[in-house]
Amino acid sequence: MTGRGAHSGIYWDMPRKTAYEAKIEYLQILDEHGNLDKTLAKDTLTDEEVLSLFESMVIYRHLDEVAFKLQRSGRMGTYPQNKGQEAAALGTAFAAKKGVDFLVPCYRENAALFLHGLPPHYILLHWMGDERGNQIPQGVNCTPLSIPIGTQMLHAAGIAWAYKIRKEPRCVLTYFGDGATSEGDFHEAMNFASTQQAPCVFICQNNQWAISVPREIQMNSETVAQKAIAYGMPGIQVDGNDLFAVYKASREALDRARAGGGPSFIEGVTYRLADHTTADDAKRYRDPKEVEAWIGKDPVIRHRKYLESKGLWNAEKQAATDERAKKIVSEIVKAAEGIEKPLVTDIFNYTFAGELPAELKRQRDTMQTHSLGQDPSQVGLQQGAAMH
Amino acid sequence: MTTTMPDVALPPVDFSYVPAREGDRVIQFREALREAMSEEMRRDQRMFLIGEEVAEYNGAYKVSQGMLDEFGPKRIIDSPISENGFAGLGIAAAMYGLRPIIEFMSWSFSLVAADQILNNAPKMLYMSGGQWGCPIVFRGNDGAGGQLGSTHSWCVEGLFSNVPGVKIAIPSNPYDAKGLLKTALRDPDPVFFLESERMLGDKAHVPAEEYYIPFGLAHRHREGSDCTLVSFGRPVHFCLDAATELAGEGIECDVLDMRTIRPLDIDSIIASVQKTGRVVVVDQSWPFASVASEVMAQICERCFDWLDHQPVRVNTADVPTPYSKVLEAAYLPNKGRIIEAVKKTLGR
Repeated sequence: MTGRGAHSGIYWDMPRKTAYEAKIEYLQILDEHGNLDKTLAKDTLTDEEVLSLFESMVIYRHLDEVAFKLQRSGRMGTYPQNKGQEAAALGTAFAAKKGVDFLVPCYRENAALFLHGLPPHYILLHWMGDERGNQIPQGVNCTPLSIPIGTQMLHAAGIAWAYKIRKEPRCVLTYFGDGATSEGDFHEAMNFASTQQAPCVFICQNNQWAISVPREIQMNSETVAQKAIAYGMPGIQVDGNDLFAVYKASREALDRARAGGGPSFIEGVTYRLADHTTADDAKRYRDPKEVEAWIGKDPVIRHRKYLESKGLWNAEKQAATDERAKKIVSEIVKAAEGIEKPLVTDIFNYTFAGELPAELKRQRDTMQTHSLGQDPSQVGLQQGAAMH
Repeated sequence: MTTTMPDVALPPVDFSYVPAREGDRVIQFREALREAMSEEMRRDQRMFLIGEEVAEYNGAYKVSQGMLDEFGPKRIIDSPISENGFAGLGIAAAMYGLRPIIEFMSWSFSLVAADQILNNAPKMLYMSGGQWGCPIVFRGNDGAGGQLGSTHSWCVEGLFSNVPGVKIAIPSNPYDAKGLLKTALRDPDPVFFLESERMLGDKAHVPAEEYYIPFGLAHRHREGSDCTLVSFGRPVHFCLDAATELAGEGIECDVLDMRTIRPLDIDSIIASVQKTGRVVVVDQSWPFASVASEVMAQICERCFDWLDHQPVRVNTADVPTPYSKVLEAAYLPNKGRIIEAVKKTLGR
């Protein structure tokens, strides 16, 4: 792209004074080699917490790989792998209060939902093409996965605004990718949340690729985070593969929001290590060297290195966790595949919340005939005679 | 029509030339679409294709495979994920005198661009007193693609065909796809071109020579005198399967493929119904205020006295498209329902 990064910020050669100045900061606490910046890490995650989040990372990485295989063997529909983005999901969600705050996801932060109590087999069920995977259990604070790009951000702003109106000390975290910031909904959600000072934290998982479109084609700004400036909202760029940085930035944003300080924007710089979905083949458009470089920054490798350097992890523990992951994931798959197939007449169940209108009852009762919508008497059926 | 670009003199479209539908030059539906775009783009320098993934990735469904290589990045343009954005930019380009082709990865995604495509494109000429035309083609996948869930399985024709000022083509096979898309690309008005993800791999004979299929002219796939089957797009195949099976029982159907629903070749439908006295309309969108409803209303208005049985329609169930394979199959029109419907009209 021309121009990007080439400017000093001075575009007009004429007398002027500064109307507004801003900068975007970048936060990294744990580098890709597993070295921790102890000063920045102060008051972030305890050893115990890092261990527990790391184990989740290992388990959900395994689930992600198994989900891919399920699709390849015809046991599941299209699936978007989360691989490589686990730290961004877990670090943000861990900063939020389970059962209090609300998560409004897109579809590449499974681990965040699991951390807040969504049974993992629900996600498999969803991608197996079963709406029952979207029936979020009572007490789990999240919306179903949002497949249209970016529409969920407005829902998040709305939920957050409601919390503010009700004076409830609760916050909303919403997730989306770099590509979603090109949608009009992004602008409207950011502006709304900011003008209403709604307690909403916007989390952009900048994974560099929107299917085959790289970030530099998607937008001409140096960072995604700087978009927040235009809305008068605090914005920060963090290393999205660093649990400490992601957690710290989220924690501060949530504390601010809860104290009435309004929304924040966090850009987590990460990388989609797998294809966009199982229907995609990223090898056709990505430079293998780029992928290679990002494999070096993989959050699983990085946090393992860190834990090993602290003497909290070793090969035996890894082997035991891998073994445990296999068992847990096989139970998750069993739970998803063990659910009975729906009845065809179930399609009428959730069209309306109230009683099924007479017209739809007729359609349900004539489901097996030609005439969806026609009066049964006209097609030789007794009124109300159900055919299952 | 006033535009700021000089008009380009193109050879006139010859609708009288109708090449053979049968032959051994067999290509896929997606290749037929690509040929139509490429042929017209070679001829008309004003034409360009913009959409998500159309260039470097060769199209999410490989419709534009190789087109970036041939036409370059100025004419095959990857867009950010901004449907409202590229629909609106395209409309402006059309007003300026260019000939944009806008690819929606799915027509389901066109809903975020609704104000541009429904409230701007079809009204521009009218509201500017004939000054600003809008020769633009919006194309992409329409209808249930196979377990894509409620939000990604839209059949937009029911909703969009209500709007005056647009033309809507819904081809059912590669031959028609090419001829209709070429016509769309030559049309001076906005055209919505509805393809189906489920048919892009379908193969059929497509003649090597150039041809155009006029809008508003149905194609009769099969002749019969017992019942008229009216459809368009993918369900035409279900109708043909049903007609073949019914023929085994001695019931002969007239199978009409509308090819465009705006304009709608109602005269061919009326002529057929006057012959058969019975009609089943098959439409893969929701029943309420659907194209099927419109066809039935017009039949009742124009040839009520010729009917031996009330018109019957086969639509989807009146619910959001289910995600589950089992439920989605139950929701869509199918051969079995069409056979049932035809038999009902015959009192069998």
